[in-house]
Amino acid sequence: MERVATFFVLVALAAVPVLTAIFDAPFYLDLFGRVMIYAIAALSLNLVMGYGGMVSFGHAAFLGLGGYAVGILAKEGIDSGFVQWPLAVGSCALFAFLTGLVVLRTSGAYFIMITLAFAQMLFFLFTSLAEYGGDDGLTIWTRSEFSGLIDLNDGASFYYLVFVLLLLCLGISARLVDSRFGMVLRGAKANERRMRAIGFPTFRYKLAAYTISGAMCGLAGALLANQAEFVGPSVLHWSRSGEILVMVVLGGMGGVAGPVLGAAAYLLLSYFLADLTKHWAIIMGPLLILVVLYARGGLLGLLGGRRAKADSP
Amino acid sequence: MSEILLRAEGITKRYGGILACDGVNIELRAGETHAVIGPNGAGKTTLLAQLGGEITPDVGRIHLGERDVTGLRAPERAALGLGRSFQITSVFREFTALQNVALAVQAHDGHSFRFWRKARTDAALVEPARAMLDRLGLAGRAAVPAALLSHGEQRQLELAMALATKPRVLLLDEPMAGMGASDSERMTRLLTTLKRESALLLVEHDMDAVFALADRITVMTYGRVIATGTPAEIRANQTVRDAYLGTDEAA
Ligand SMILES: Nc1ncnc2c1ncn2[C@@H]1O[C@H](COP(=O)(O)OP(=O)(O)OP(=O)(O)O)[C@@H](O)[C@H]1O
Ligand SMILES: [Mg+2]
Repeated sequence: MERVATFFVLVALAAVPVLTAIFDAPFYLDLFGRVMIYAIAALSLNLVMGYGGMVSFGHAAFLGLGGYAVGILAKEGIDSGFVQWPLAVGSCALFAFLTGLVVLRTSGAYFIMITLAFAQMLFFLFTSLAEYGGDDGLTIWTRSEFSGLIDLNDGASFYYLVFVLLLLCLGISARLVDSRFGMVLRGAKANERRMRAIGFPTFRYKLAAYTISGAMCGLAGALLANQAEFVGPSVLHWSRSGEILVMVVLGGMGGVAGPVLGAAAYLLLSYFLADLTKHWAIIMGPLLILVVLYARGGLLGLLGGRRAKADSP
Repeated sequence: MSEILLRAEGITKRYGGILACDGVNIELRAGETHAVIGPNGAGKTTLLAQLGGEITPDVGRIHLGERDVTGLRAPERAALGLGRSFQITSVFREFTALQNVALAVQAHDGHSFRFWRKARTDAALVEPARAMLDRLGLAGRAAVPAALLSHGEQRQLELAMALATKPRVLLLDEPMAGMGASDSERMTRLLTTLKRESALLLVEHDMDAVFALADRITVMTYGRVIATGTPAEIRANQTVRDAYLGTDEAA
């Protein structure tokens, strides 16, 4: 069931540029592009949260750092995506690794608070970087250049690039969670004490997962900055971390594809609700509570598939 | 005498005002089953936790074979051949019985930075795991999530996991806890067959099992060792009878 749903969602996403061309509605190309970018971010969070039990409330840090890597390089005249993107992903991996050394020594509520604290640190850092826009953020005048291989200024090309990257991240996640590495991650979530007693030094595996997750989210950040042609501290705001978290919970943590459904549901709902009323949060909030209370497996769970947990690997 | 596999010297652990372990000396020799008995709160679990590396003693040293492992954590000690089962059943409840054991096999099959191949169909993990389940009489339950196994089966599964790591030394914290008579007997028979592979340090309240299995017995009360000896010596020891065994149990 999960596979069927994922398949249809992906087919629908693939068809979006065709439809928006027919109906001449480029705005929707943007909207669904953003859905996919956030889906990548949510996928990355699900790796550590859904499979590793690490509830990060600071993933916006990676979104922002990845975005600023692109923005700052662009401002300095380096437009090549071959430089920008690896640097965006690499700096996020490094940031995840270094902060992981600290945050992974804690768990539960402390983990949540410390991931939040690191994200806030970056938020204030970029707010105070006047050369790179400070509070106002940084406009990106040219999207990343790929030596003529692909033109990101073309809406459909950019969209399909994001689509392919989403597939790639989905594929990587799917393999990862079923691999030996993935089993260690799940085991550590389920019963860390047991894992250590049978001989797994769990810390290093969690650190690796956290680093991979940060890198993946950094990619989403680079994409987001390109799409918006802008990066600002708002991307790093704690509420953004919360949104990514909500997408994961909404979609369901029982399978790899949950976050994709969650990102789509969250962004589309908030868009259409915002169209109806500016108090859309009043509807969104209770809706989320209902999902958490009655559909513990999120949308995936509603599809009749699995429970909220990674229980049938 | 045979080689000493595990030795604790003067280990002490204090929790606030409680001396959970107070200068405990204990050793475990190759081929031996060494039982630790004592009333509730005597510090038996605390002792095992220190031997296993989950907690570090305030004072004292622990040797695994020749090696001083006092500063090593649980995973490192496990890698050196120390296996452990817990007083409160500790399995991966959402994983199937087979996956539980396969994960234990994996722990001792090199590093796990392997990101691509499916673990579920990895013969190097699944086959030894199946063999182990078979041995513990759980073959028919391989595909059942651990949470749905009976209490007795979960205890067996936990033992299967510990055994799958091929330990030279096995620390067992009340493997019969909460079991009915027939399950306990089955477990006792199983532990008897284990003696050939691993030295056992067995904490147990079931005195029938203890006297059936143990080559040596150490008695603890209030964090201290009050006696160590053969089962016959322990039975005859007046201090032990007063402190713990009571007349009818020791009969
Ligand atoms: N983490 C802890 N914090 C505080 N006190 C503890 C802790 N662990 C154990 N204790 C105390 O240390 C003493 C020894 O406990 P321990 O669990 O080792 O006893 P035990 O011999 O295993 O008992 P039982 O037969 O009931 O399992 C007890 O008084 C217990 O309350
Ligand atoms: Mg105990």
